[in-house]
Parts: sequence; structure tokens; C-alpha cells
Amino acid sequence: MSDPKKNDDSDYETTGHSWDGIKEYNKPLPRWWVTVFYITIIWGIGYSIAYPAWPGIRTATAGVMGWSTRANVAAEIEAQEAALAPINDRLASVELSQIATDPDLNGFAQNAGGAVFRTWCAQCHGSGAAGAKGYPNLLDDDWLWGGTMEDIHTTITHGIRNTDDPDARYSEMPAFGRDGLLEREQIGQVVNYVLDLAGEAPQDPSQVSAGATVFADNCAACHGEDGTGDRMQGAPNLTDAIWLYGGDYASLHETVTNARFGVMPNWNTRLSEAEIRAVASYVHGLGGGEMSE
Amino acid sequence: MLNYIKLLLLGVVAVFALIAANYARDVAYMVHALIIFLVASGLFLWTLRNTDEPVPARILETSYMDDVIRAGVIATAFWGVVGFAAGTFIAAQLAFPVLNFDWAQGYMNFGRLRPLHTSAVIFAFGGNALICTSFYVVQRTSAARLWGGNLAWWVFWGYQLVIVLAATGYLLGATQSKEYAEPEWLTDWLLTVVWVAYFAVFVGTLVKRREPHIYVANWFYLAFIITVALLHIFNNLSIPVSIWGSKSVQVFSGVQDAMTQWWYGHNAVGFFLTAGFLGMMYYFVPKQAERPVFSYKLSIVHFWALIFIYIWAGPHHLHYTALPDWASTLGMVFSIILWMPSWGGMINGLMTLSGAWDKLRTDPIMRMLVISIGFYGMSTFEGPMMSIRAVNSLSHYTDWTIGHVHSGALGWNGMITFGALYFLTPKLWNRERLYSLGLVSWHFWLATIGIVLYAASMWVTGIMEGLMWREVDANGFLVWSFADTVSAKFPMYVVRALGGGLYIAGAIIMCYNLWMTVTRAPAVEAKSPTANATPAE
Repeated sequence: MSDPKKNDDSDYETTGHSWDGIKEYNKPLPRWWVTVFYITIIWGIGYSIAYPAWPGIRTATAGVMGWSTRANVAAEIEAQEAALAPINDRLASVELSQIATDPDLNGFAQNAGGAVFRTWCAQCHGSGAAGAKGYPNLLDDDWLWGGTMEDIHTTITHGIRNTDDPDARYSEMPAFGRDGLLEREQIGQVVNYVLDLAGEAPQDPSQVSAGATVFADNCAACHGEDGTGDRMQGAPNLTDAIWLYGGDYASLHETVTNARFGVMPNWNTRLSEAEIRAVASYVHGLGGGEMSE
Repeated sequence: MLNYIKLLLLGVVAVFALIAANYARDVAYMVHALIIFLVASGLFLWTLRNTDEPVPARILETSYMDDVIRAGVIATAFWGVVGFAAGTFIAAQLAFPVLNFDWAQGYMNFGRLRPLHTSAVIFAFGGNALICTSFYVVQRTSAARLWGGNLAWWVFWGYQLVIVLAATGYLLGATQSKEYAEPEWLTDWLLTVVWVAYFAVFVGTLVKRREPHIYVANWFYLAFIITVALLHIFNNLSIPVSIWGSKSVQVFSGVQDAMTQWWYGHNAVGFFLTAGFLGMMYYFVPKQAERPVFSYKLSIVHFWALIFIYIWAGPHHLHYTALPDWASTLGMVFSIILWMPSWGGMINGLMTLSGAWDKLRTDPIMRMLVISIGFYGMSTFEGPMMSIRAVNSLSHYTDWTIGHVHSGALGWNGMITFGALYFLTPKLWNRERLYSLGLVSWHFWLATIGIVLYAASMWVTGIMEGLMWREVDANGFLVWSFADTVSAKFPMYVVRALGGGLYIAGAIIMCYNLWMTVTRAPAVEAKSPTANATPAE
């Protein structure tokens, strides 16, 4: 190794000990190993002078480079915000209806809104915005609380049925079964009626007409005489094939019995006005956005 | 007299455990109390039946105490298969979430099984391997029987009890949520008692050694035992909410708690999975190669360098967090200086083969030991590299970390343990040789291909998701959602589960081979004259 004259193991002595037959050569440390070890130590000393490293009693050395993770990230955020400030200010101040007509603004809003959506909304609504059971699909034109820019903006800003924002959209379907408002038999009848209304096969067609009476007495106030729903109350349209919690007999029975109470947070405390407008534009542009009246 | 004290103690424990089960505030605690009751009352009955019975002839104090090591070999193989099975299953759960069965929610979902897997492989498989090989090595290299009589048995069974309590606790939701230190206070206390006994047996044996010097393997084992005791105690400083419940509250909080946890976590790798296993390496590699250790000097220098430097490297787990920058820098600097001390062990292991490289062709056990050292070298290079802040900002929280851990755990810890088991089994059961070297070769290749699939797939997903997480567009907006990165990883998750499957297949082949060795392989011919009585050919 270190001594070029010693090429063979037989040139080296062992230490003279033997443990259970194991001996140890008395060879020197490999030179490259020692060299690299020293280099890492020297580098370590240099690096710990350059960067914050050595703790004292109350504080630590700051390092001659003046480097700090917190200062770095603050500077990056500041630079980013400064760069986007003009367009963000414009986005936050124009009329909502003008965003779509201004190509620059719209392009930016779609882009920023997509990022906001992927960060904050995708957890429930899915990264493709197709929703899931209990979380509305945002790609279609079936809106619970309205699909204009203004409607979507309000929904995102204040949320739905949360307890944090007094302006949150609110409505509550009664738990007809649990609270004893309807008999079990009546629930079966109205579920059959709703299935029929939606153009699906009722489980028991003979109950449909009785169900129509139950519907008119109990459901029509919110869902409308014809069952097409009411966006003022977030009451879903029951005549289409789109179901938030499932449209089979068992799911509907569960809905009528125990009601549903979907909650969405208010985003006005977490996102800036520009971000809310951006994500509203993004959702509006996914395919189902409606024009303002 | 001793038996009466034992009976009293066991009786008190059994009664107290029943009372505890009665007042239990949670299911995990109740199950633990019942397990302890069953063990204590069973031991009580067993002790009672043996009290005042004639004592069988004492085993010669001059012979080695190998019964407990045989039990350790069996436990190592058993927990290995359990741990690998759990790991393969949770790997499949990540690829196919439907395997988080609805009917098993709260017991067998990924979150419950993951600590079961890590604890089973590190502490049950690795821990049993370390305890049984350290008992074997310290006796052979000290030329002395284990100190403390049956204390070694208490270490063995006490440790198995800790494993069972930890595992049942995870499934039933008793966890203090500290990675690799999940068991709650009751289990922690028991482990402390077991570990003190382990230390006593090991040091007691070293003290009464009949060799003038302590062999290098024993330095490493001793460093492992002492440091793990220290780590275990400080990271588990917590106050039980009630003595009738499993929940406890950590003494440290916030970033202090995080730092203590990763001081522990990193040194669990450093002293449990590195120092302890280097102890194994320093015995089994020269024994199997039948060559002297490459360099005594290197073993001293790299031992002390490793011990002194490893203990400071923990903060690299907390780059870019609430941890102050200075601590993060020091963690990184020490991690990089640690590179050569770690490689000292690799050099000493590999170079011990100089003059015996031909054995790689003929001896699959040697091949196993050598590839384990190879993986050791790889992961002790990869580790310092990942501790560099710039690299870590990409690799942290990604699957790269998982890949790194597994190339170390499957490659280094797993392979060297397999090699040690193949070495030990014929010796401990007095067999001439292993049942089949061909099966060892099968095990070797299955395990090696399994590791390659595992590590490679995790490198790919790790770097991919790290890049996806940080990708921003011209305006500084994130390009991908988290869910996008998850779905992009799917194919690699399947490959990873496949790698795990190959690895466990190899381990099952090993168990079969070891079993057949014990039951079928020819016994070593006795050296006594009776050997001559065998019929002539």
C-alpha cells in the first residue's frame, strides 16, 4: 500500500494477536483514505466559517457569506411579489366581467388560478376538477350555487356552510327520517318518485304517484315543483343524472333520511383577492362557466 | 431462595397487570396489560413447578452458552420474514390503495402497518441479529462463557416481549409518532430494563475474557449497546398521561423535540444499523474468508472517527425547517466528514479478501458478505451526498430517501445478516455444512435483483417527484398538484413492490435452507472414539 516495496501480504506482519483464529495485519492506513479524510475536514472548517455554524451562549456565528435560509426565502418571495404586483393589482381591481375580455389579464388569471387550484382545491375537487362523491364536479354546467363569475367568486370567497365566515352560503336540508318528519314508508315513496323524476328506473313503480304527493308537500319548497332545484338555496336539480352523493336507491334513501351537509371553507382569509379572482376565472373557464345576466 | 423472590415478583407483576387491564383507558393498553399478565402468570406457574425439583446437572461453565444464540437465529429469521412481508404488503398498498381494506380500517391501513414494518425489520430482525451475533462473537473472541447465567435468556425473551408489545401497540393505535421510536412509555420502560441487562451480559463477558485484548468487533458492539441506550432514553423522555393509559406527553416540544428525534433517528442508523453491523462484519468476514483483517490501524482510526462524528450528523434530517441554520450547517459538515470514517469499515472488509478473491466464485456466503459491504459503501457515500443542503432541497421528503434507506437496509444490513445466519446455523447445530449452497445462490440473486429494482425505482420516483414539486412556470406558479406527482409514481411503485417480493422470496428460501440444514444436513462427526463405531463402507 503506502510502501511501494511491500507488494505482498506476506511482507506485512500481523499484530500478533489471535481471536478465535482471526488475526489482523499491521498495515498502514491507505494513503488516499487519509488524504480524502483530511480534505473533508479542511473543507468542513472552511464551510463552517463561510456559513452560519458555531453556536455560542446566546447566538451562533453568522458566517462570512451572510447567508441565511430565512433571509433568502424572504427575498425570493419579495422579488416574486414585486414582479407580479402590477398585474395582481389590476386583476384585483377591475370589474369581474372584464377579466375574460382582457387577453393579458385572462391569460395570467388562468395560469395563476390553475396553480391556486392545484394547491388548495385539488384535495377535494380533484387535480382535474372532476370532483368526487360529496365534492362537486366543476367541469360541467350543473351548478349548485350558480356558475357566473360573480357566483363562483362569492362561493370561493365566503365558502359554503362553514362556521368561520358569516357570509358563507348557507342552507340545510332537513333530516326527514332521522328527525321523524317523514315515515319510513313515505321516504321509500319519495325516493321512487325522485328516481322517476331523474329518468331512472324506480325500484317500485307503484309508489311513484304516492311519492309525488310527498314531494309536493315536503321537497318542492326548495327543489321546486318540477324538481329542477333552486340556486338561491343551493338546492340541487333532481331531474338530471348528476348526483353529488349518488343517485341509486340506497344513496337517495340515505340522503332523505339523514340529509347532507357539505362544507366548503371560506378562502378570503387564506388567499388574496387577486388569487381568488384568478381561481374563479380558472374554474369559470373549465367548461361550465355561465355568462352574467 | 432465588425462586421465591422470582415467584413474589412474578406474582406482583401478574396481579398488577390484571388491575391495569381492568382500569385501562384504551384498548392498546388493555391488550398490553393482558399480554404482560399472561407472560408473568405463565412464568409464575413454570417457576412454581420447578421449585424444589432436583436441579439437573449444571452445564459446564467452561463451554459456550449457545442455546440463547440458537433461539436468536430462529427469531432473526422469523422476524425477518414477518418484517419483509409487512414491507412488501405496504409497498403494494401504496401502489394499489384498494389494499387498505375497508374492513381493516384502523388496524391494517398503511399508517398502522408502516411502523410495524420499520420496527419489525430494524428492531426485531436487525435487533435479534445483533443480539445473537454479539453473544456469539463476544464469547468466541473472549474465550469466555456469557456472563450472568440466565440473564442472557432474560435479554432474549424480554426483547421478544418488547417487539410484541410494540407491534400490537401500532396496530391498536398506541404511538408517540416519533419515527423509529413509536412505542409508548410502557414498552419503552421495558426495553430500558432489557437493554441494561444486555449491557451487563456483554460487558460482564468482556471483563472475564481470557484474551489479552478486546477484539475490534466487540468495540463496535459495545459502542452500539451504549449509544442506543443513551438515544433511547433521551428520545423517549415523556410523561404518561395516566398510568392506566398508553398515551404520554413528550418532555421536549417544538424544534427541540424535532432535533432530539433526529439526533435519535440518525444515530439509530449510525449505531444500530452501522456500528452494530460493523461488529458483525469484523467477525464474519475474516472468519468466512479465513484471512487476517486488512489493517489494525485502520480499524482503530475509523472506529473512533466514526463514533465521534456520527453523533453530530442528525440535523441533516431537518434542513430548511424551523431548525436554526447553524445547526443545519453543522449537521451537513459532520455528515460529509463522516464519509471516510464510514468507508474505513468498507476498506477493511473488502481488503480482507485480498488473496482470497477466488472465494467469490465458489462461496455464495462470501458473495453475500461482500455485496453487503458494497451496499454499505454505496449508502455511506449516498448519505453524505444527500446531507448537502442543495441536494437535500431536492431529495428531502421524496422517495429518494426511501430508496437510500433500503439500499442500506436490504443491501448492507439484510445481506450481512443472511451471511451471518448461513455461517452460524451449521456451527450452532453441529452440522458439517449447509443443506444446499445452490439455494444460497438463489437467495443471493433474488435478493440482489430485488434490491436493484427497489433502489432504482425509488431513485427514479424520488428525483422525479422532487423535480415536479419544485417546477414553476415563468410567473412563479407551481406547475403540478401533489396528486399529479402521486399518480406519476404509480409504475415505479409497482416495480418497488416487485423488488420487495423478490427479496422476501429469497428470505423464505433461506429459512427453508436453514431448516433443512438443522434437520437433514450431516452432523459433524464426533471427535470421541465412538465415531469409530460407525459401520465401515
